Amino acid sequence: MAINWFKYSSPSSFYSLAGKMIPLFTVTAILLAIAGLYIGFFVAPTDFQQGEAYRIIFIHVPAAWMSMFLYLVMACWAAIGLAFNTRLSSMIATAIAPTGAMFTFLALWTGSLWGKPMWGAWWVWDARLTSELILLFLYIGFMSLQAAIDDPRRADKAGAILALVGVVNIPIIYFSVNWWNTLHQGASVSLTQSPKMAATMLTGMLVMALACWMYSIAMTLIRTRVIILERERHTSWVADLHEKEAAR
Amino acid sequence: MFFWIIRRDLLLAMRRQSDVLTTLFFFVIVVSLFPLSVGPEMNMLRIMAPGVVWVAALLASMLSLGRMFSSDYLDGTLEQMLLSPHSLSMLVLGKAFAHWLVTGVPLVLMAPVLGIQYDLPADALYVLTASLLLGTPILSLIGAIGAALTLGLRGGGVLVSLLVLPLYIPVLIFGSGAVEASSAGLGYSAHFSLLGAFLLVSLVFAPWATASSLRISME
Repeated sequence: MAINWFKYSSPSSFYSLAGKMIPLFTVTAILLAIAGLYIGFFVAPTDFQQGEAYRIIFIHVPAAWMSMFLYLVMACWAAIGLAFNTRLSSMIATAIAPTGAMFTFLALWTGSLWGKPMWGAWWVWDARLTSELILLFLYIGFMSLQAAIDDPRRADKAGAILALVGVVNIPIIYFSVNWWNTLHQGASVSLTQSPKMAATMLTGMLVMALACWMYSIAMTLIRTRVIILERERHTSWVADLHEKEAAR
Repeated sequence: MFFWIIRRDLLLAMRRQSDVLTTLFFFVIVVSLFPLSVGPEMNMLRIMAPGVVWVAALLASMLSLGRMFSSDYLDGTLEQMLLSPHSLSMLVLGKAFAHWLVTGVPLVLMAPVLGIQYDLPADALYVLTASLLLGTPILSLIGAIGAALTLGLRGGGVLVSLLVLPLYIPVLIFGSGAVEASSAGLGYSAHFSLLGAFLLVSLVFAPWATASSLRISME
């Protein structure tokens, strides 16, 4: 059986698919978030060093992971859009950016809330904080470049080049600030070593990370649908859609 | 083609010398503002000097980015360049090199004078000048991408700073870091090697990215 892989690369068929998938991901995100927060607040033990304040990691670490991961996904879709000239890929890249920027901001914010009781300062010029801040600048640059260009095709392509230049730069920025100065604790979780924290803490964090992931997918799909409607408003299928909605 | 475009851009810059001087004086003024705002304490100024000079160099080289393509874009020359059978990347490389000669080199030559104002010792002055000499071409190359992306946009000047400044950060860190390392008695060769690596990477990738940005902007 031949599967038509490109069926959903057409905005009109993707629009209806996304409409069906949004409730699924939203419900999963809410359920996982409730479970994660329950584990985080009631099941996970109090840390012997950091007390109750450590519980911020249940939102801080997932947000920081998502901020970096979403930039990669965004750049990947932007690259596909640039290389194969597919409209939908660029729309998805555009739709991911605000969510990524939100997670970056959230990671910085929760980090500073954690930093005040632990380090005694809201902000320190540490490698990780600085590179996260630069990541926020990159997201904002991407969004403002796209906002400044009126022609959507040009906006997509220009944004794609900027995102790709940013991807090349991210490791450079990361290592430059890393060698420059560091205070942030090392990674708590790594693939090569056994985790350095209690199993329940780790479970809570992973569940929250999954919740954030589901939330990002749902938000991206919702935003992509809006972008599709905005850009395809002159086409006949959108007009049909409107009639169907009106008839209901 | 490469040398032709450099010659042409230099000739154009020489006909409009005020543009070159404006960038240079901007650099001098920004560096001179810091002692006025934080106070003339020599010990503090000596510590701040490399960072201040580097930030001012970043801003000065960024301010002049708008001129790199915009006048050619407005009078239609850029369109002809895109149509020409020569490689657009080579052409862009020539324009970035000319931009460096016009804005980067004067900054490098001016930096030791400003370093003396900040009471830097002679060794640190050499390192500062050498780090700027190695670093400013990178600024022109990365800046060319931003200039090409924002070509003909409203508010392009502010936008280009938003796009380009985050990408300048590694150059800033290792450029000013080299001077600080030499003042602290540590070796600065590692910083210079990294700056050289950045220069090579941007020499390879930046003209190519700029050329495709120009094609997108001119569509």
